[in-house]
Formats: sequence, structure tokens, C-alpha cells
Amino acid sequence: MSEMTLPYAPAEEQAVTSYLDEGHTVLSWLLTTDHKRIAILYAVSITFFFFIGGIAIGLVRLELISPTGWFMTSDEYNRAFSIHGIIMVWFFLVPSIPATMGNFVLPMMIGAPDVAFPRLNLLSWYLYLIGASFTVYVLLSGGVDTGWTFYPPFSSNYSHSSVVPAAIGVFVVGFSSIATGVNFMATIHLLRAPGMTWFRLPLFAWSMYVVSMVMVLATPVLAMSLLLICAERLFGLPIFDASVGGDPVLFQHLFWFYSHPAVYIMILPAMGVVSEVFACFARKRVFGYAFMVYALLVIGVVGFMVWGHHMFVAGQSPLANLIFSFLSFIVAVPSAIKVFNWTATLYRGQIGFEAPMLYALGFLGLFTIGGLTGLFLASVPIDIATTDSYFVVAHFHTIMVGGTVSAFMAGIHYWWPKVTGRCYHEFAAQLAAITMFLGFNLTFIPQFIMGWLGMPRRYHFYPDVFQVWHVLSSGGAAMLAVAYLLPLAYLGWSLFKGDRAGDNPWGATGLEWQTPSPPPKQNFLRPPRVTSAPYQYHDAGRTREEGEQAPIAGQEGAR
Amino acid sequence: MTTELSGALHESALREPALQEPWPDLRLQREAVGLGMWFFLASEVLFFAALFCSYAVYRSFNPEAFRIAAAHTEIIYGSVNTALLLTSSLTMTIALRAATVRLRRLTLVCLGATALLGVAFLVTKGLEYRADIDEHLVPGPGFPLEPPATAIFWGLYWIMTGIHAIHLTAGIGVVVVVMTLFWRETIPVQGSTMEGVAIYWHFVDTVWIFLFPLIYLAGRS
Repeated sequence: MSEMTLPYAPAEEQAVTSYLDEGHTVLSWLLTTDHKRIAILYAVSITFFFFIGGIAIGLVRLELISPTGWFMTSDEYNRAFSIHGIIMVWFFLVPSIPATMGNFVLPMMIGAPDVAFPRLNLLSWYLYLIGASFTVYVLLSGGVDTGWTFYPPFSSNYSHSSVVPAAIGVFVVGFSSIATGVNFMATIHLLRAPGMTWFRLPLFAWSMYVVSMVMVLATPVLAMSLLLICAERLFGLPIFDASVGGDPVLFQHLFWFYSHPAVYIMILPAMGVVSEVFACFARKRVFGYAFMVYALLVIGVVGFMVWGHHMFVAGQSPLANLIFSFLSFIVAVPSAIKVFNWTATLYRGQIGFEAPMLYALGFLGLFTIGGLTGLFLASVPIDIATTDSYFVVAHFHTIMVGGTVSAFMAGIHYWWPKVTGRCYHEFAAQLAAITMFLGFNLTFIPQFIMGWLGMPRRYHFYPDVFQVWHVLSSGGAAMLAVAYLLPLAYLGWSLFKGDRAGDNPWGATGLEWQTPSPPPKQNFLRPPRVTSAPYQYHDAGRTREEGEQAPIAGQEGAR
Repeated sequence: MTTELSGALHESALREPALQEPWPDLRLQREAVGLGMWFFLASEVLFFAALFCSYAVYRSFNPEAFRIAAAHTEIIYGSVNTALLLTSSLTMTIALRAATVRLRRLTLVCLGATALLGVAFLVTKGLEYRADIDEHLVPGPGFPLEPPATAIFWGLYWIMTGIHAIHLTAGIGVVVVVMTLFWRETIPVQGSTMEGVAIYWHFVDTVWIFLFPLIYLAGRS
């Protein structure tokens, strides 16, 4: 497959200056407004924070090997899992796919020279850095112990840790997501190439559109709820103080009005990435394209109406519980449509098991496990029994890590040749993909089991009966660490020693593959024009077959 | 191929100094600025919605306390400020219209008036804050009102008006910067900038229209 050239690949192999060669100084990177360079700035920053968050949870998993703890105090333990959550959610998962692959690929996919507001795009990265520096300050000042959810009254009145700097960090990084969201929506509305109609948009572009909408509408509510916590902590304005009639549950409502859609901010881009990968490596058009689009939209909209399922035990009225439970079940419908359509895309495809495909298949399995256990938790009686247990922890990690990180890795490997112009070591990548899938399941299946048996989350000490599950889970975490470090090694190696990748090494359709690798600053050598729906792999395959037959016919004629 | 394209880009940039990358023409660029600003304001609406929602919840829990607390607000300052801000929206509208038909001097005068009205609002707000502090209407030790839930109203008062004032300050800053750029003719008045500035200004004004009854009229019905 990698040797294939398609008839629409640019024939002229003239020397073009790639975006990487448009200046080699540090300033040419820090002041760039090129969406491709900003994507790389983001990729470097979030990778750094991914490993910081990973070290924090590594310490937690190490500590949990013993039922009575062995090197951390309970206070240190609380700070370790809190910083893990805060960093992984806001400094890795939320910006992960949109700010890196979205920034790099989205304008190219729709045939645009850049995003709508290039300077705003750079500003969003600086906002990320400002938020990140607050978080680094939190780390250096001894951490925060509220958990990533900042629930009052603990966060507002009782915690003695760096709550305000942590909240400000999250507040600022939220505006970086809003800037990205506004930029992407304006880009998709106004900068599509001639002929790129809405229903010719690749599904990744659609997922970026829906996720931008969710970012723009949900993030400000989180910003306000954190501001209220800061106002109470700093100035004593008693917004959530129950002693004067304030309501801590109101904070939970505001917080989850953002933080439940935030799960969709993480998973919708992942769905977009794997749709591209499945089509490419099954050599088929995506089954039920229109329904895939509708499903994205429905998940985006209904995702705003299910936040109450985080508060089944917080004293919500039974009627509210019933409605939120019902709406949470409804989200399963579009999610299932997507899973079935991906499966149907694979059915009778010419499947290749390159690394991006292995990661995407891993996504499919883990997303299904995470989604089905989500149905358990949408049901009020089961949720009441499993609230704050490891079952919940395992469920949301399966979606957010198993789903989003698998897709993130799939995307990184899929677009790597386009971004860098280099090929990575295929077998090493396949090995990393398989290690990640196995390591992930070894980490979290024991957590499902012990959660079901009653192991509560956020506890430092636990009864001996759970030790076997905790040891298994920590072993899985070690495997995951290997699976995350491997790509650093072989992708880093490929930057210097990797073979040159062609313009279109996967033989993929899509505008981003019809330009040199790495692309020139203005993305395309000539303005692209779109004449057909996306994922024309059937036509590509047919043309290839004809191309293969033609020389044989010619030889016969010569004889 | 490459040089041709960048040459073409250069040419269009020379033709129309207001045009920025990556836009092919000014019409589309203006549309983008408007659209981007509306998306941003949608975000802002949700930002304030969290506050209005908290206000609604607490007022429904404590109607009597909110009535008592709101009666202590300074309605004279509030009303003067409403008049100032509504007038500033008028001058902003004239500035936008003048910019569209390229009346540069009128645009500058109206922008200046808008910024001054904004500053006048902030000054009045400062006087009001001083009067509130003199009456110890800051939740905490020495807060004079009863029942306890009145402290929630006053907590929300400081946060709501404070955040609105920050937005207005940002608005004044943007107006002054844009005025300077127009003054020096760095960018032409008829470009896409005015529209974005105007939409933002009207939004800040609209938020005040919602804040006014919630703060000043809730205790005076």
C-alpha cells in the first residue's frame, strides 16, 4: 500500500520550501502565525504535561501496591491524584486532538491556506502557556488537594493547598480552548475551498466543528464557577457557603454543565480521527456518512443535557434524576450508530494493520467497553451503588484515556509522514499500539472488578482483599508507561533518520494528502477545488486496478 | 507556481491595505470578523448565564432576603449609569455607520465620545462602590443586614458588577486602541475592525440592561 501512487497526487516534484524551512530561529517559531507551526508548539507543550501527569499517577499506582501505603502520607497522596487529574484533563486531553491535529490538518482538509484568525491562534497557545505556568507554580508550591473537581465547601473554605493558582490556571487555559473553538468555527464556515460543501467535509472536520461549538458554549460556565470559588476563598463572598444559605450543589451543577460536555470535547475529535483512519486502512468509504454527521451533532447537543447524572447522590430530586438518567441513555443511541457504522466500514474492507489502524481498532474496543459501562452508570440504582467507586474511575478512564489517547496516537501516526515528511519504524509502532491496548486493559479491568466489589476511589488505605487487583492494575500502568515512552523513542528517531515519506504514503484521499510532505507555508501549490464527496477509496482502488492492467495490455499489444 | 501565488497575494494586499491573511477579499474578511465576534459573544453569554443562574436559584430560595438586601442598593448611581451606557451605545452605532460610509472624522469623534461615556460609567460605579463600602455592604465581619442570606445577594452584587466593569474596561481599552490606529491611519476606518468593536460594546451594554433590574429594582417593587 505504501508504494502506491494515486493519479491525483501532484505530478510536479519541484522544490518547494516546506513550512519547516521558513525560518530556523527560535523567534520564527514563537512568533509564527502558521497554523502548522502552532500545532507543533501545542504538541510539544501537551506532551510535556502528559508526562508530568503520568509521573503523578505513576506515584499513585506505586503507592497503591501496598494496602497500608509505603512512601506517601495521605496528604501527599491527595495532592498526587489531584494534580494528575487537573493536568491530564485541562492540559492534555481537552487540547490534545483539536489543538494539535485540528490546528495542523483542519485547514488543509478543507482546502484553506490557514485558520480564519491566525494571530488569535497564536494567542491561544500563549494563553495555554500562561495557564500552564500557574499549574507549574501549583506543583512547585506543594500542589492542590481538592481533586480535579474543586468541590466546595472543601475548596472554598477548608483546603490549605494552592486552590486559587490551580483554579486560575484552569480558568486561563479555558480561554485558550474558547479561542481555538471560535477560530475553527469561523474557518469551517468561511474558508472552505470551492466545491467543499458541508456534506463533503471529512468527518474529522465535522468533529472539529461540533467540538468547537461545545468548547465555546461549555467552557465559560466552568470559568465562572471557578471564579466564584476564587471570590469566596479570596474575598469571603459567600456564594457556596451553606452557613448563610449558599448551596454547594449549585457549584456541582455549574461545574458539570462544563465538565460533562468536556468528556465530549475529548471524545468527539477522537471519533473524527478514527473515521479517517478506518476509511483509509479499510480502503472503503465511511459507511453511512450522513448518519455519522448527524450522530456527531446529536452527541454534541444532547451532551449538554446530561450533566445531572453526576449528582444522583447529591440530593437532586427524584424527577431530575429520572430525566437526567433518561437523557444519558439517549446519548448511547448516536454513539452506538457510530460504532456500528465503523464496524460496517471495516466489513469486507481490504484491511491493513499498520500502526494507525491498530490504534484505531484499540479505540473501537475500548470505546465500546467504556460506552457500555457508561450505561450502567446512567441507570440510577446502579449508579447509587457504584458512586465514587473504582468502577466509575475505570469507566471514565476507558473513555477518556482508552478512547481519546488511542485515537490521539492513531492520528499522530497517521499524519506523522505529512507533518514531518518522515516515516517511522513501522514494527516498533505496531508493538507500541499493541502494548498500549494490553496495558490499558490490564490497568483498568481490575479496577472495574474491584470497584464493583466496593473499592472506593481516592482512598489511600484499603482492605487486603483488594490488593491483588491493585497490584495487577499497577502492573498494567507500568506497561502503559512503556507503551507511551516507546513512541517518544521511535518517533524522535524518525525525525533524524527516518526514510523520506512520499506526499501520500497511505494512498489516502483527502486534500491534506494532495500537497507535498511536509507542506509549504500556504498549504497548497495551487488553490484546491473539490468535485466529489470524501473517502473515494472505491474509485481510487478501481483506478489503481486499471492502472495495473494497462501496462500488461500494452505489452500484449507489443507482442 | 509558488512565487506566482505569493505575488498575487501581495498584489491584493497592496490594493486593499485593510486586507489580512488568509482572506481573499474584504467582504469575506468582514463577515469573518462579525461571525467570530458573535461566536465569542455566545461564549460570553454562557459566562454571564452562570451568574444569572446562580442569582435566580438563590433568589428563589431566599426571596425575602433578596428583597431586603436589594433595597440597600444605590438606585441613583445605577440609573445614571444606565443612561450613560445607553447613550454610549448610541454614539457607538453612529461611529459604526460613519465608518461604513468612510466619514473618518465623525468616526473618531463618536468613538471618543463612546470611550468617555464608558469612563464616566466607571467613575460613577467607583463612587457607588465607595458609598456601599461606607455602609459596610461587603459580606464578612460587620456586615449589617439580616437574615444571613442577604450576604449572598451582596456577594453576587460585587461579583456581577465587578465582572461587568472588567468587561467595560476592556471595551474602553479596545476603543482607544482602535481610535489611535484610525488616527494614525494605520488601518482604514472602513475595514472590518469597527464591526467587531461595535458588537462587543453593545454586548457589554446589554449585560448591564439585565443587571440593572436584578440589582436595583429587585428590592423596590
